[in-house]
Amino acid sequence: MLRYTFKRLLSLIISLAIASLVIFAVIEVAPGDPASFMLGINAAEDTLAALRAELGLDQPKWQRYLAWVGGMLQGDFGTSYQYRTPVSEMIADRLWVSLPLALYALALSTLIAFPAGIYAASRRGKAGDVSVMGATQVGVAIPNFWFAMMLVLIFAINLRWFSAGGFAGWDKGFVAAMKSLTLPAIALALPQAAILARVMRSSLLDVLDEDFMRTARAKGLSRGAALRRHGLRNAMIPVLTILGLQLSFLLAGGIIIEQVFYLPGLGRLIFQSISARDLIVVESVTMLLVFAVITVNFLVDLAYAAVDPRLRARA
Amino acid sequence: MSLLTISDLSLSIAGTPILLDVSLTLAPGEVVAVTGESGSGKSMTALAVMQLLPASAVATGQIILDSNDMLALDERALCTLRGDLVGMVFQEPMTALNPVQTIGKQVAETVRLHRPDLDPTQRARDVLDRVGLQAIPLSRYPHELSGGQRQRVVIAIAIACGPKLLIADEPTTALDVTTQAQILDLLKQLATEDGMGLLMITHDLAVVAEMADRITVMRHGAVVEAGDTPALLANPQHPYTQALLAASNHQVDLPRSDEQAPLLRVQNVVRDYTLPRTRVFVPAGTHRAVDDVSFDIKRGERVGLVGESGCGKSTLTRAILGLEPVQSGTITLDGTPVTDPAVRRKMQVVFQDPYGSFNPRHRVARLISEPFHLLDAPPPDRDARIASALTDVGLSPEDAHKYPHQFSGGQRQRLAIARALIIRPELVIFDEAVSALDVSVRAQILDLIADLCRQYDLTYLFISHDLSIVRTITDRVLVMKQGQIVEEGATEHVFTEATHPYTQTLIQAAPTLPGAA
Amino acid sequence: MNRTLILGGGLSALMVIAALLSFVWTPFDHSAMNIPEKLQTPNGTHWFGTDHFGRDLFSMIMVGARTSIAVACVAVGIGIGLGVPLGLWAAARQGGWVDEVIMRGNDLIFAFPSLVIAILITAIFGAGAINAIIAIGIFNIPVFARVTRGGALPLWAREFILAARVAGKGPARISVEHILPNIANLLIVQATIQFSLGILAEAALSYVGLGAQPPTPSWGRMLADAQTLVSIAPHMALVPGFAIILTVLGLNLLGDGLRDALDPKLRVARV
Repeated sequence: MLRYTFKRLLSLIISLAIASLVIFAVIEVAPGDPASFMLGINAAEDTLAALRAELGLDQPKWQRYLAWVGGMLQGDFGTSYQYRTPVSEMIADRLWVSLPLALYALALSTLIAFPAGIYAASRRGKAGDVSVMGATQVGVAIPNFWFAMMLVLIFAINLRWFSAGGFAGWDKGFVAAMKSLTLPAIALALPQAAILARVMRSSLLDVLDEDFMRTARAKGLSRGAALRRHGLRNAMIPVLTILGLQLSFLLAGGIIIEQVFYLPGLGRLIFQSISARDLIVVESVTMLLVFAVITVNFLVDLAYAAVDPRLRARA
Repeated sequence: MSLLTISDLSLSIAGTPILLDVSLTLAPGEVVAVTGESGSGKSMTALAVMQLLPASAVATGQIILDSNDMLALDERALCTLRGDLVGMVFQEPMTALNPVQTIGKQVAETVRLHRPDLDPTQRARDVLDRVGLQAIPLSRYPHELSGGQRQRVVIAIAIACGPKLLIADEPTTALDVTTQAQILDLLKQLATEDGMGLLMITHDLAVVAEMADRITVMRHGAVVEAGDTPALLANPQHPYTQALLAASNHQVDLPRSDEQAPLLRVQNVVRDYTLPRTRVFVPAGTHRAVDDVSFDIKRGERVGLVGESGCGKSTLTRAILGLEPVQSGTITLDGTPVTDPAVRRKMQVVFQDPYGSFNPRHRVARLISEPFHLLDAPPPDRDARIASALTDVGLSPEDAHKYPHQFSGGQRQRLAIARALIIRPELVIFDEAVSALDVSVRAQILDLIADLCRQYDLTYLFISHDLSIVRTITDRVLVMKQGQIVEEGATEHVFTEATHPYTQTLIQAAPTLPGAA
Repeated sequence: MNRTLILGGGLSALMVIAALLSFVWTPFDHSAMNIPEKLQTPNGTHWFGTDHFGRDLFSMIMVGARTSIAVACVAVGIGIGLGVPLGLWAAARQGGWVDEVIMRGNDLIFAFPSLVIAILITAIFGAGAINAIIAIGIFNIPVFARVTRGGALPLWAREFILAARVAGKGPARISVEHILPNIANLLIVQATIQFSLGILAEAALSYVGLGAQPPTPSWGRMLADAQTLVSIAPHMALVPGFAIILTVLGLNLLGDGLRDALDPKLRVARV
């Protein structure tokens, strides 16, 4: 197990290093000089040069890359070109919206999908299965931002149960904050739940065909008991993969939903920074998201090993 | 008073009839074998007793197990009987156990379900000891055990509650001969010691010849003959049983071959595989699959290669075909290394799996003419050669336009032979070429090979785990164990006077029918 | 014939027909403004109603289908064109360094949040259909590479491949002659799924203003226009929304139907 963890950790570090290089390179080739963007088209050449020097833009690329990565390792994400405030502070504020939103949505998605998938698998081919699967087909096809608009139309504009947008802030209390995240979380969660329920079902059905399920039935376990005691854990492996992908998708995928609900999260930050050519912010937010995805994948790998003893041995 | 009585059992699955009026009885402590070729319905009979049939199955007739009417009981009642009154052992030990649960838990679960008066863990330990796994801790996972050990665990699960009936569905088919012998001994011992009834399902008459009290022979879902084992084997009444016995004991008439010039020469061949690294700073270990192997095959000679799974015979085969690099040693055909493309056209191969050895999307003409790729230019008489290759193996030239799925398993193996022979190779390798076939089909293919020997003076290497086949179809035999050739000699001589202890064990372990040569 | 296939094929065909028909005929000029007739609900003249400039929504949906289909088509094409050869190559060199590099590269692309990168690409290189296609297409490459390799690996262990090797055929030839035809079903089904995802992604990018630019109509931008007016003209959001849902639903059903019809045991990656 230790060796397995160590190997995964090593590949995590290598992935992060390559990812940071790629992000840095993409931002480097981006057209547009942040300095002239900040000072306007009419800025004098020597003021521009002074600003570039101040921002560190005149140094060689490899030095800037090392400075950027080195800074991040110490929690210093640089200073925003636009606002002249530390990027880490900006990100921290926004993270308090985006991360709870992602976790909220993931919890909703799991709570809906697991029972739905297990129910459909246990009623394979019967009316219950067909209707759950039909609902998931539609769920997969719904764009989440459109679904968000419909939620706003029904629950905010017509029923007035929720506000149409904006974030109450954690200082207004947990309930108020969560309430303003509820519609966005539902909008994010339902299409994801549809996918998760389908994976859960098909993975359970695959396991039902396995020989060891017949052994379990020959022991005297009922169909349901065999499914619970022997099927579920074996079916979890593909489900874990999707869960991991979903958490990262929800973190990044909040971007568009945040636009719909005017939530001050990472998504809005990245949009604002792109249009303001505040590249250091774009770079750092992207890196943070990639870091989150890779870390989640790492945790999923560890979860695999916890579920499947064969992996622990093979590594 | 019989323990199990099946009377007039008929079964259909989704409208297709599977069983027709099957009747069978089994007394406590008795061993009854149900045998037949694929599609005979023998496995379905076993599953019907367990009432573990597919959802679309409809059964009529009666199955009385220890005064329980199995067809009339509801699912809840059946669950209390399964595992307690009747246990079952399956064919494939590699997949029959839950991979993510320890073996101890899996055995203990049966006890927990049916015998609340017993300590499940203690009972699991006792039962595992009973099936000969004294040295294996309960905390092991299935993947840490060998195939034979896993089959013992499956048996332990089945007998944990001391059932009155044990059903074993092809329990040794997936195992090596020596392991097979051990598992059969264990099953027999359990039946005698506990007075348990044993219902053995098998395709191999030889397996049950020594242990079954009675045998039921099935064909196309119906019972063709049933009787006491010695009487049935000595004096079969039904023509099908007679044919089955004859096919199981089939001896081919191999023409003599006198040439002495060496064709294939394998000299000191070593093939190592690198194992995955276990520590970062320690060099990766190696596994020696083929260890200093040397032998010759003379022109016109038919050589057998036997050994159990993992002995290195597949690796050696691929190395001879030039598909696998070797670390040291040489393999030459007519003096040229087999890695030379020019030599490739002198060798062809017939594989085991009649279903996997053809691209399902190509027609027969294209499939069997694939070796023409080895020639510098396709032969001008391509179509004529395809037609004659098909005729040679007992098929018709019109078959060239069909797809492989339109043929039966035996016919596909004929196609595989046609493909191997179409460029008139000097050496053919038969890699478990008849192992996946039913006995009657197997006999026909063996006859075909003997016929082709007469016609074309074939030289071949026949690789098999089945000693009885190698005995009839080869002149000389090599016995392989752990990457080495441990014994080599004229086939008949090796079978009658084996010198190496491993060869002796193999020959002893192989089940034989009484009266077989 | 199974019903899923008919329903899915029907819906998909409807969208393709609408897109093709829009080249020669639409009820109204999709870009013609007609302020007096603005914000009409669906009626006999304007079947799907009009938007805030009085443009005919039915015509805009027809022309918008063109954009969606074109973007998704090319994006899937990029995925197949690059992903399938890479997957075949990786499978032919299983366990070797080529396989390792290709698969690690795949993992790396998967590690990037696709939407963020798409936004980054379109934001940096300019919004527009071409950049949207590239951004969506890049993320199709690892999907097809992985599915191809996954489908090819078990085939490489099959005996008919060994037989082809004994017949002297090289890895490239075997990949094209034997592997590709046997994974074609898998790729077709995966392509329909990626196609539907492409339509969703194009809609999302257009919605945030990074997809096709005006005057080219697109379903996503129609939704963006509808957002501020959703309380007074909900049909403006409902019409393009249903267009997207029905198209994606149709493609997914088509994929499932094809899978059932071609081979129920196919292993498709659906994320």
